[in-house]
Parts: sequence; structure tokens; C-alpha cells
Amino acid sequence: MERLTAVAQRAPGAWQIARVAEIRRETPTVKTFRIAPPMWVAHLPGQHYEVRLTAPDGYRAQRSYSIASSPVLEGLVELTVERLDDGEVSAYMHDVLQEGDEIEVRGPFATYFVWRGEEPALLVGGGSGVVPLMAMLRHRRLVAPEVPMRMVYSVRTPEQTIFASELGAETHLAYTRSAPEGWTGHRGRIDRPLLAAAADGFLGGPAFVCGSNGFVEAASELLLGCGFAPGTIRTERFGPTG
Amino acid sequence: MSGFVSRGFQGRRRSPAELAARLPPGQYAETGFPVLTAGPTPHVRTDVWELSIDGMVATPRAWSWEEFGELPFETVPCDIHCVTKWSKLGTSFGGVSLDTLLAGVEPRGEHVMAESYGGYTTNLPLPDLTGGKAWVVTEHEGEEIAAEHGGPARLLVPHLYFWKSAKWIRRLTVLDHEEPGFWEANGYHLRGDPWKEQRYWSD
Repeated sequence: MERLTAVAQRAPGAWQIARVAEIRRETPTVKTFRIAPPMWVAHLPGQHYEVRLTAPDGYRAQRSYSIASSPVLEGLVELTVERLDDGEVSAYMHDVLQEGDEIEVRGPFATYFVWRGEEPALLVGGGSGVVPLMAMLRHRRLVAPEVPMRMVYSVRTPEQTIFASELGAETHLAYTRSAPEGWTGHRGRIDRPLLAAAADGFLGGPAFVCGSNGFVEAASELLLGCGFAPGTIRTERFGPTG
Repeated sequence: MSGFVSRGFQGRRRSPAELAARLPPGQYAETGFPVLTAGPTPHVRTDVWELSIDGMVATPRAWSWEEFGELPFETVPCDIHCVTKWSKLGTSFGGVSLDTLLAGVEPRGEHVMAESYGGYTTNLPLPDLTGGKAWVVTEHEGEEIAAEHGGPARLLVPHLYFWKSAKWIRRLTVLDHEEPGFWEANGYHLRGDPWKEQRYWSD
């Protein structure tokens, strides 16, 4: 944490009404919502937006969602959202929201779990924890392809792999439940040999770890065992929220 | 933006009225206890644990785990509110009041930086720590606090967003000026009052 520096950020705090420009299905339970906030400001890869829903009687629900897109995509923000069965906001976005609708949002927020584009980084994601990491990966491809970046992505099955068509040689996939036919890569949960191989050349940090609490605990312990200093491991945990 | 209604949204996770009144704006009731931490979980052994109060004080103090265990212990029923939108209503912690810890220290400044094992920091105005509003707690709902929730001891300041309740607390430094802590330097509000929805710098 000693590497952290504060940045002066343009104030993004105001709620605004954004048009839903496009909705894409990523997996059976994950959709990407491309929205167009009228007061768009460039975000840092890893930041999040807040979404607020208002019922006719004034009842409101709010949640935070990671940005999946690069800020190079000017004027637009992509939020990739997993539908949780008891999730009030994610279920609305999946089941009700359509292209052309309006949605109230504000952001981008937080400057800790962010990649600023200047340093090599190891990304470790579990399930929908890949979303903020994908913003980093996409941004690096667009603006800094010479900066080394590697991603370890743990998924249950091929069908549940978000952004599957965009994953390249930089990504080491780990299938925990079932793998594609002929798969010669990692099967089962992430482990020390998998992370040690991925960490080769990235030990100076930072490592960005995102996923469920259990995944993040396991992955960050493994990274400590691989030689990462605690202050170079940045984590973001998804609680049982929706 | 008042007057905006989300097309087709009715709200299906509403809390009963008596609970809704205890939820600050933008929060929802969560029955679990989610874990949110910026880095790996530190595992702190109680035989080397120490809590100290230093900085702009007349008399710095420090307690070992054993000494801390001899201080007056209180059970604290409370609601807690995380800036990531969940609130946990009707929970309880057990520990030592900051009023007890600060007695005899004689702070000479109005600001405090809380520091944790692992390097986390958070800043608090001294008045938010005194008058029966803050504790260093070692128990949650009658059990030892698990390491992932900040054990063996964490700060508890339930009237502010929960990032102010620093896990793995090791030191409170009294300052004569306000300095941003870890999240406060990274976009989050300097004070963090959930009832005023002070989440980010711009709030």
C-alpha cells in the first residue's frame, strides 16, 4: 500500500441519466450494458460506476458495478453485470432494461484498484471478478501494448467464460468444473504452480486480484507464497450483494 | 435529477418499514457479513499484538493483548453501514470504549489517524471517537472476530461508513491537522457520514 498516491480527479459525483446504447449477452448469466452518460469523463481502468433505480413511489435501490471498457471508448461506458437471483438491481438490468432505455448513473469512482498504464501488472480474476481486469487488459491493448500484462482467469465452465472471444495468449484460463474437449491447460482451482508460472516476470507488482471473497483470499495467499510483497497485491472482493 | 423513474422498476427487495427507517439513503439490508479489504488479510498473533495511542498527546499509552483484556469490556449493539451499499442491522460487537482508552492520554489535537497491521490507515475527527461512539472490539456477536473481519481487534465506529472501522487496528495517532487515510486518499469522503451519504470526495 506504500505505492499508493492520491490523484486529483475531476469531480464525477453528479447523478445523471444515461441512455442504454447497446446490450450484449456475454454468458447465460452475464450481460454487458453500453451506456452513454451525457457528462462523461474518462475513467481509470478498474474504476466503478453507481447505478440507481427509482420506483414510481420514490423507492430507490443502488449498486456499484465495475467498468469493463477502456476510456479510449469516448463518451461511452460498458458495465458488465452478473445477474444474481436475489439481486434487485442486477435482475432489473437483465430482465427489464432494454436498448434505448434511460438509466440513472454516476461515476467513475475510486482510485485504488486501478491500473494507470505505466507498469507491468499481473491480473487474477475469478468469475465475474474478471470485469475490472478486462478494462485494464483492453486499455493496455489499445494504448500500451508494449507494457507486459498477464491474466489468470478462473471460470467454472467454458459457457460461463466472460469475454471468451477476446482472451488471448496473455490469459491463462483455469476451468474449475468442466473444460473444453482437448483442453491441455489448467483444470481445477488455481494453485501455486499455476500462479508461480504466471507471476514469472511480474514479481515487482502490482497484482490485481478480483472475485468472491473466498477466491481473493486464496489467490492473494498464493501470490504471497510466490513472493509478492503484501503491499503490491491489490484486491477487490465481491460480497453476496446484488 | 429528481422526478426520474426507472421504467418498469417496482422494487422487490424492500425492507419492512421498521427496518427501512434504520437504513441510510442508498443502503440495503444484508443478512450476511461481506468481507471488503484492499489487500491480503494480515494474520496477527495476539502474543505480539499491541495497541498504542501516540502523536499529539500528553501521555502516550500502549497495551499488550493481556493488558487490553483487563480493561472494562462493553457489548455494543449496533447497525453497520458499508459504503458499497450493504448495511447489517441489529448486530453486536464487544470491546473497550475509546473513552476508556483515551482517559489519561490527554489528546492535544482534534484529528486521529488509525493505523492497522498491514498498513491500512483511516482518518477520523477526535469528536467521532469520544462520547460513547467508538470502540476497539475483539468480539462479534459473542465470538472472536475472524481475521478476515479484522481480528484479533478492530476499530468500531458504527455511526460512520464501515471503512472507518479499521480492521487489525494497531495504533491511533493524534494529529493537530486533518490528513486523508487510505480510502480517503483514493476518492472516498474525509468523514463518511452514511446519513448524509458522504461516500466520495464530491459528496
